[in-house]
Amino acid sequence: MEQGIITAIRTVPLDHYVLLSFLLFSIGVAGVVFRRNTIIILMCVELMLNSVNLLLTAFSAYHSDPRAQVFVFFIMLVAAAEVTVGLSILVMMKRNVDSVDVNQLNRLKG
Amino acid sequence: MLALFYLFAAISVISALVVVSARNPINSVIALIVCFLSIAGHYILLNAQFLAMVHVIVYTGAIMVLFLFVIMLLNLNKATEPMKSLATRIAAVTAGGLFFLTLAAAIRNGIQVQAANEFDAGVGLVRSVGHVLFTEFLLPFEVSSVLFLSAIIGVVMLAKKEKHQAEAPVEPLTEAERARRTA
Repeated sequence: MEQGIITAIRTVPLDHYVLLSFLLFSIGVAGVVFRRNTIIILMCVELMLNSVNLLLTAFSAYHSDPRAQVFVFFIMLVAAAEVTVGLSILVMMKRNVDSVDVNQLNRLKG
Repeated sequence: MLALFYLFAAISVISALVVVSARNPINSVIALIVCFLSIAGHYILLNAQFLAMVHVIVYTGAIMVLFLFVIMLLNLNKATEPMKSLATRIAAVTAGGLFFLTLAAAIRNGIQVQAANEFDAGVGLVRSVGHVLFTEFLLPFEVSSVLFLSAIIGVVMLAKKEKHQAEAPVEPLTEAERARRTA
């Protein structure tokens, strides 16, 4: 049983996980610059947070250290709070300028 | 195992690309849910079962439903978004690609990791994560409840209708004004 888990974790090289996280993070960065819809920009931020979580979990599994997984847990908590605040800002924006286009928010005085 | 890893990796990368490129926000949300489920698959491959469960419950079950609710309530399910200018789009793809190249070049010689601890098959199960969470990280855990409280209060304050808005609904922008702001 234990040997099975060891081979399961150690057969995938750590580089693969690191590269996958980099790829997901880069897609998120490109998406934030690429799109104008605020809701999709928020989703790209979520994507970046998840790539970091995946990286932390991979290192945690390779080092057999549960502390990194607690850290991932806290990142998830903060992400949940961040999404609620971001979406309520989006609702405010839709109500005030009748659009979710970030390019409309180019004035300080709305 | 390696085949499973590549399968999940391909699903997550392709669905992430769909998130960025889909015209309709609903399609983006569905693609993001697929991406999160494949990341949960990665967690299970890494024997992080607690995180896999929490990930599915929190992200797929709560956050993405919240996104879908907002899209539905604000009636955003139409692909009406104007695209950014061609120069900005090229710059976005170039920036993302160069960022990835820079990061990938930093690890081109591979990562030599000396495992810090003896291998323990219990790491990642509820028992080990919960033990660390409630002994070593008890104070941050309690502080995070304050964070949630402030988030709740902030959301209620933000989403509440203000008085003058309740009386006089905001006029939709005229086409000229919209064009002027967009320019």
